Amino acid sequence: MPQTDVSQRASTGPRSQWRPALPLLLPAYLWLTVAIFLPLSAMAFFSFMTELPLSGKPWAFTLANYAAFFEKSFYAVLLRDSLRLALEVTLWCALLGFPCAYVLAKILKGRSREAIFLLVILPFWSNGLVRVFSWAIALRGNGLLDRTLNAILPFQVNVDLMFSYPAIVIGLVHSYLPYMVLTCYLTLQAIDDSLIEAARSLGASRFTVLRRLIIPLSLPGLVAGSVLIFVPVVGSFMEPRILGGRAGTFYGTVIEDQFVAVFNWPLGAALSFILLAVVLIILGAASPILKRAA
Amino acid sequence: MMGTTRLLELLGRAFVGLMLAFLYLPIFIMALMSFNASPFYQLPMDWTTSWYEALARNSGLIDATWNSLRIAVLTTVIATILGTAASLALRRYVFPGKRLLRALLFPPIAIPWLITGTAMLIFFFGVGIGRGLHAIVLGHVALALPYVIVVVSARLETFAPEYEEAARSLGATQWQVTTRVTLPWIAPGVVAGALFAFAVSFDQFVVSYFLSTPGEATLPVEIYAAIRKGFTPEINAVSTIIMTVSMGSMLLAARFFRFGGEK
Repeated sequence: MPQTDVSQRASTGPRSQWRPALPLLLPAYLWLTVAIFLPLSAMAFFSFMTELPLSGKPWAFTLANYAAFFEKSFYAVLLRDSLRLALEVTLWCALLGFPCAYVLAKILKGRSREAIFLLVILPFWSNGLVRVFSWAIALRGNGLLDRTLNAILPFQVNVDLMFSYPAIVIGLVHSYLPYMVLTCYLTLQAIDDSLIEAARSLGASRFTVLRRLIIPLSLPGLVAGSVLIFVPVVGSFMEPRILGGRAGTFYGTVIEDQFVAVFNWPLGAALSFILLAVVLIILGAASPILKRAA
Repeated sequence: MMGTTRLLELLGRAFVGLMLAFLYLPIFIMALMSFNASPFYQLPMDWTTSWYEALARNSGLIDATWNSLRIAVLTTVIATILGTAASLALRRYVFPGKRLLRALLFPPIAIPWLITGTAMLIFFFGVGIGRGLHAIVLGHVALALPYVIVVVSARLETFAPEYEEAARSLGATQWQVTTRVTLPWIAPGVVAGALFAFAVSFDQFVVSYFLSTPGEATLPVEIYAAIRKGFTPEINAVSTIIMTVSMGSMLLAARFFRFGGEK
């Protein structure tokens, strides 16, 4: 009976609607199960093994992979470095992205706002690897950036930043800045201009309006942007490799090595799972603020 | 008073200008250097198109480009169909466990690709799926699906279920209701979801990297390998082409949606 009334269907209880929903839901969720949820479970399982069971070698359950993290300070130090890198990149993105979003949302109007917004978001839609590579060209000593700066500035500067920590930060900020602009823009735009005008006409200084009105109201955007940046940067490996050279050993690059160079997959799985725990803690800490906004 | 406001606004505009310079500077330098004859990027510029000619003969990069395009198209088709179907079910029917199903969409988006990619490598290797282009498609669809479902669901929110009821009461079958009433309404959302899926797949590096084999790689994986072997100006050339094409098509899409939205 295809012509059943909706209210009639609802009155027969929620259980009955599983049947028509299932064929539509099953393909998508089956795919997600096979390609995301089962792999994550398998990784959790492997992280407690001495060897991959497929390699034919004898294997046993062990806690050694996790013990390695806690016994050798090497991994913990790298994780700390990666967390610091992520914090620095997030802060720079907030410092640069928030004012930019403010200008876009509150100062620019009409077509110029639309055009500049598009220009800010545009690089975001191109390949991230290629953008990091472009910095590798720009930051070379005696390169174009170096020469241009020395031609403009009255004093000599040396911007041979390639293969250094600042190069990694610059590349990562460049990659993730559009996230911050986007999330801040969305919350800033939702602030009613008359609120700001009212505060100003009641005698609040610009700084007070910023501190007491604009920042608290746009906090969800700042937090959402920070989470979107912090989480992938903690696990980044491609950017430190390309821009950091020897200075580019981080937690992510060590995990990459376990899978593509050292072939110690169980250790790699354990390190990945520790990273996942860190990520979940961050997401859990941010969720109350994000929920309040939603 | 007015003067301070004007000054601050001017400073704000200048700041945005500087930020745009920061965003586009390296891309311009890279594009410029792809036309420089010196493979060590020596200045002054010695203009040439020889790196583009070399690129046209580089079968490794060309094969990888085709792989990337094929995978992206396949991913887009599969993820859009499966994702739209799931969105329809999540909107249309009332059933227990719906909140859980919605919540399950976030881990694939929120968990760093490094973790997802290495987990896929372990599992696919373990169950015999192995690595290669088929494994990459399997992974890419899973990464793209949540984006499609979120985008299409957002569009479905604006769809009044009364339209479906009206069509049903006039005697339309479930299939007719879906294809003649619901799908035309959500078409902009489906197109946006498909664009997302294509972008997620075509730009994807991390997951492809762990699932590729030397013969079966995508363009970003090939580029990464070439960068790590040493800078090659051909990579400059191919990167410049990718940048131009992806930014150009995004500008076109933006125009399309603007006009689509105003109608």
